[in-house]
Amino acid sequence: MSNYETIETDILVIGAGGAGLRAAVEASAKGMKVALVTKSLLGKAHTVMAEGGIAAAMATVDSRDGWQTHFRDTMIGGKYLNNWRMAQLHAMEAPECVVELEKWGAVFDRTKDGKILQRAFGGHTYKRLCHVGDRTGLELIRTLQDKGVHSGIDVYMECTISRILKDGDKVSGAFGYFREDGRYVLFRAKAIILATGGVGRAFPVTSNSWEYTADGHSLAYDSGADLIDMEFVQFHPTGMVWPPGVRGILVTEAVRGEGGKLTNSEGKRFMFDYLPPQLRQDYAADEKESENWVNDTLSGKLKTDYRRPPELSTRDNVARAIYTEVKAGRGSPHGGVFLDISYQPGDRVKKKLPSMYHQFKDLADVDITKGPMEVGPTMHYIMGGIRVDADTAESKVPGLFAAGECSGGMHGANRLGGNSLSDLIVFGRRAGRGAVAYASNISELSKISEAEIKEAIAELEEPMTRDKGANPYDLQKRMHEITHSGFGIFREEADIKKGLEDLEKLKEEIKTVRCGGGRRYNPGWHLCRDLRNMAIAAEAIGRSALSRKESRGAHSRLDYPETDESLSHENSSVWKEGDKMQLAKTALPEMPAELKEILKKKEVAHA
Amino acid sequence: MHSGTTTSEAKVRNAKMKVYRGEGKDGSFKSYTVPVEAGMVVLDAIHYIQREIDPDLAVRWNCKAAKCGSCSAEVNGRPSLMCKTRMEGFAEDQEIEVQPLQTFPIIRDLVCDVSWNFEQNKRIKPFTPKPDADWTIYQEDIERVQEFRKCIECFLCQNVCHILRENDRKDAFVGPRFMIRVAGLEMHPLDSADRLEWLHEEGGVGMCNITKCCTEVCPEDIHITDNGIIPMKERIVDEYYDPVAKFLKRVFRR
Repeated sequence: MSNYETIETDILVIGAGGAGLRAAVEASAKGMKVALVTKSLLGKAHTVMAEGGIAAAMATVDSRDGWQTHFRDTMIGGKYLNNWRMAQLHAMEAPECVVELEKWGAVFDRTKDGKILQRAFGGHTYKRLCHVGDRTGLELIRTLQDKGVHSGIDVYMECTISRILKDGDKVSGAFGYFREDGRYVLFRAKAIILATGGVGRAFPVTSNSWEYTADGHSLAYDSGADLIDMEFVQFHPTGMVWPPGVRGILVTEAVRGEGGKLTNSEGKRFMFDYLPPQLRQDYAADEKESENWVNDTLSGKLKTDYRRPPELSTRDNVARAIYTEVKAGRGSPHGGVFLDISYQPGDRVKKKLPSMYHQFKDLADVDITKGPMEVGPTMHYIMGGIRVDADTAESKVPGLFAAGECSGGMHGANRLGGNSLSDLIVFGRRAGRGAVAYASNISELSKISEAEIKEAIAELEEPMTRDKGANPYDLQKRMHEITHSGFGIFREEADIKKGLEDLEKLKEEIKTVRCGGGRRYNPGWHLCRDLRNMAIAAEAIGRSALSRKESRGAHSRLDYPETDESLSHENSSVWKEGDKMQLAKTALPEMPAELKEILKKKEVAHA
Repeated sequence: MHSGTTTSEAKVRNAKMKVYRGEGKDGSFKSYTVPVEAGMVVLDAIHYIQREIDPDLAVRWNCKAAKCGSCSAEVNGRPSLMCKTRMEGFAEDQEIEVQPLQTFPIIRDLVCDVSWNFEQNKRIKPFTPKPDADWTIYQEDIERVQEFRKCIECFLCQNVCHILRENDRKDAFVGPRFMIRVAGLEMHPLDSADRLEWLHEEGGVGMCNITKCCTEVCPEDIHITDNGIIPMKERIVDEYYDPVAKFLKRVFRR
């Protein structure tokens, strides 16, 4: 049997994006020994790609904002399927978490009077997104990284975890390998925090980086935790559509937040026609009012009494609108629609959206200060994930915690832009605290079963020892076909069922996948493992999507186009029993009366 | 999701590529033929080779959108991010040679060991805000700091720096990336720590001879030398070599 090294720690954090880093910093500050594992180099996690900003009701730009409004916006955006307690904690704690970042060295864009500047985003009533141009994620991760390296955290880079180990019910450690040379490693820990992000690589057109292979979702699922709300997959309305190599790369919502207009091939601003009737009064009545809103924004005026342009509708709605326009034959030459910011002064565009300017210039030969971009929907985020306790971030498995995109509940049926970065820092911090509280009651590390380690190694080595078997890259392509035709932006029963059937066949082939080469930095080998994880996420998405017979938020059923109020109080929940995935509907926790009151209040949107 | 590209743009030509394969310094270049699609970048070509020819070709990449700085390599001798180096930028008959960064030890194929850089960051005194700060900060006071904080840590600047590359003085100079990291802290309006002595004696700012190779390869267009290193060099001169300042310092030292 191959050798492995053993590392002992109090708390193991898996994933070093915003949530993982924030959790590690918190646990370390409380005096715990912390090991932080990342599949990439430190500071390269997917958080780095977040562009538009961090949503927090700081009220630096619009004094009318407050946590109650942020809470309400989040619940409305999530179509009331959110875990109310998570949405409440998130809205209440996001501002202090932003202040914390600033004290650790983050340098946000400023208002004229020297406060943190906030910008408008879809679904947020007031200007609420703290930002640094369009590279807010980089600022967040670099700040936490620099804080982390001085906090005594042990960082293990380019390390993949393949299984969580348990002693009885509770976690005892994790097993994996270093990508650099394939050497195996056992982490023994009192508590484990999963912060592994999302599942985007299971989809063919995605804004997600290669790391997003559902590792945390599947590690938790394998160790007995529930995954909830997995049918809710967010397609960001604006990804690049051309050239082919960059298809899916994100075009930040900040383009629309700064006044970007969406038009079809007939030059029509179609979003005016796609606003949900019950929210129609929150948006500009016509192009004139929309223009006035933009002019107020351009002039640096903090408050505006005009209503926002229809392009700032929630992401689920804009994505469906673009998809529908393209299907109806009113798309742009490369199968998207036009997004235009070039009517504004070029210098301002370059200042406010520098990465977008370079991204289009370098990758598509398009100067966004001179003409429109072509954009279309791209798989961006999964609202579903590991069910956790709102206050402690602990899953059903004792000692196993989760934060950030791999956890579920916070965003309900649809996430608002900007609520992801704030989610990372609020619940990263809470997971850190939760894990510390749990680990403090454990005096020594649990025992590890040698037999299980042997099994873990055998499982990892199988693809390398087989004489024949499928090519992992071919299987990934098949996975993409399944998610694209079965679990895409619009769904219906027959397609979902077909997708699930094909997935069963694919799962069998994944069991016989074969890779050449050795263990030293071998991407083919890495992909063999990723396929297994992505198949778990895809199955959870498919089964949950099939079970929700209505359209709500990001889940759009062609055969059930309406929202069914009787389904407003249940989550889809999947878990593992034997080798099979089980599904049940579980009741949403009951919201306290004072929060229900907040939801009833009506404010006219001004951002 | 989107209806496909038009046929005129789907015209395919083949590119000849030479990619470094092997462990450490013992590798050699292997030739590949890769079909070129419109708008394709070198990283797409590397992924094509992985998918269709050699599944174990090692390459480091993450975002494929020039935001993470993982896919640094030398393409026809030029240090580049593979994700933003367009295949159309090369002549049709030109062979495209891809090799890993040469300043750091090669692990395998296009991947090298850049861990030395992460060690340097730990040596820099962290952000230390003034205890009485009221956190009012004006945009005009942070423009420069924000320029430095655009750095995506691709380490291309470290790779071309003569001190690190030709002279291999990693013992004496932390390199341009960490010069601007320090500059970003030193120019933060609310920072109260002093890193000058460290810069002078350990960071090695004096070793930089301002050839500006680092600035030239920076994918974020950070003016590493002009805006970062030179102002710090000037402060060091004032502090350590200006006779008047030195005299005054001695006289008024408490």
